Amino acid sequence: MIKVSELTKRYARTKAVDNISFEVEKGQIVGFLGPNGAGKTTTMRMLTCFLPPTSGTASVAGFDVLEQPMEVKRRIGYLPEMPPLYQEMRTTEYLMFVGKLKGLSGTDLKQRIETACQRCAITDVKEKLLGKLSKGYRQRVGLAQAILHNPEVLILDEPTAGLDPKQINETRDLIKSLAGDHTIILSTHILSEVEQTCEQVIIINKGKVVATDSVRNLRARGRGAESMLVEVGSRDGSLDTAAVRERLEKVAGVNRVTFKEKRQNGSAFEVESRKGSFTRGDLSRAVVQAGWDLNEMRPASVSLEEIFLQLTQEQSALPAEKPKAKEAAQ
Amino acid sequence: MNAMKNIWVICQKELRSYFVSPIAYILLIIYAVIFGFFFWNMVGAFIYYSMESQMRGDMYPMNVNDQIVRQLFGNINVINLLLIPLMSMRLFAEEKRNGTIELLATSPISDGEVILGKWLASVLLYIAMLLITGLNFLFLFKYGNPDWKPMAIACLGVLLQAAALLAIGTFISTLTKNQIIAGAITFAVCLLIFVLGWVGSYDYSTWARVLTYMSTTTHMESFLKGVIDTKDAIYYVSAIFLGLFLTARSLESLRWRA
Repeated sequence: MIKVSELTKRYARTKAVDNISFEVEKGQIVGFLGPNGAGKTTTMRMLTCFLPPTSGTASVAGFDVLEQPMEVKRRIGYLPEMPPLYQEMRTTEYLMFVGKLKGLSGTDLKQRIETACQRCAITDVKEKLLGKLSKGYRQRVGLAQAILHNPEVLILDEPTAGLDPKQINETRDLIKSLAGDHTIILSTHILSEVEQTCEQVIIINKGKVVATDSVRNLRARGRGAESMLVEVGSRDGSLDTAAVRERLEKVAGVNRVTFKEKRQNGSAFEVESRKGSFTRGDLSRAVVQAGWDLNEMRPASVSLEEIFLQLTQEQSALPAEKPKAKEAAQ
Repeated sequence: MNAMKNIWVICQKELRSYFVSPIAYILLIIYAVIFGFFFWNMVGAFIYYSMESQMRGDMYPMNVNDQIVRQLFGNINVINLLLIPLMSMRLFAEEKRNGTIELLATSPISDGEVILGKWLASVLLYIAMLLITGLNFLFLFKYGNPDWKPMAIACLGVLLQAAALLAIGTFISTLTKNQIIAGAITFAVCLLIFVLGWVGSYDYSTWARVLTYMSTTTHMESFLKGVIDTKDAIYYVSAIFLGLFLTARSLESLRWRA
């Protein structure tokens, strides 16, 4: 549906987007993840024909953004970082105007406005001035504007920015419900958002694609091992951390034990074990038999957050872990 | 056909924002008050001089067209100079500041359609102003019998001139996010275009002739006399084209530079 190859955007002095390539299948939700200033917005602007690329090509639904911009524009719904609202218009008037811009008219337009308002939960502010809406409503009117003409591709630049937690959940649900009929690219710098909404992630940093993979694979790739967080305590408060470490390391299947922190009732350790070895039972027995208390034990799953930090910080240090990114760079 | 529809969609939207905000009303009121004063003053002077000439027994012909209408249309320039920057400054600067330019640029509508729609809206607002001057002239028809044809031609000239200046103002509005800057520059450029002709009064070199030709006031003369001179009409039409063409180029370069 969306095909980007070797796309580069150079501003006067800096390369905002540097030779990125990726593909998005029809009906997918793809998260565009990266720290602020990574080039997410620039890439999206090139996909929406707002900015022409310096070099490379991008096509949406088979139409090139430079050759046939009108065809591309007809097929995309775009929510920029700042919702493009006219302060002096009322919600319905605004949606009317946008609909006409997109080539809708008559009863069809009215119906679409109705459905868009319902989907984005803005029916109660239909007659309000856009300038007087709260941030959450502004964002949702922006979203309604993007889905109004039922476009094949939705490009959403930080759709949940500035919303409260309840609205964030609602917006995520809305975005998920739109997938299938629509292909969606959304950008964010919030990792949990990608984990919850997207199937595919494209991580970019400093204008370069660092990794592109499914959320599940990416997490699995983080480390080849499982790790466990274990908190051990003792009644009298005197705990020899070195002894605990030594004891835990003796448990079968355990690779490494590291002391994490001293807590109120004990000490936390991170226990790394080989994948597939079920060490929890042995660990708990070892702790209890030694006369200590087992206060807490939970899998310290590698979050996307850690992967993200790993990938963006040690880009060059871990070449073996990112075969896909290398592929994209070539 | 589709292009016309798109232009009209943009034009309607612009007219709405002129008339929903106080801008349009303030402009119309300013125009009405200032023009009203010019008119009242001019008619007063006309009556005074005609009485005086009668008492003296002069048989100088007094002419409503020459002595009121023509002068008045000449004076409208002053109001134009003041109001046109106010009308054109927001056209693109506001869209740039609000980020709504992104909506326009990513919708299936061409830059040309956006530009024409916006410019047309400002011209329509100007026509609304001219209608107010029309109200004043109705009194002349009630109490005298002026010739309507030169009036219509003068009116056309003033409109052409305003349309040209609005096109230039539209261009200047694409250069900045700041409406005040756009307005100030437009005012300066308009003023300069108005007075370029001064050079021609003492200097007859080629440069002076070129500058005089570029001045809008030079080309106003024939219209005010009630004559449509193709040469002058072409001047205004080409100024409109130049302004709108520059606007299109500026919008395009905006994207490349962004």
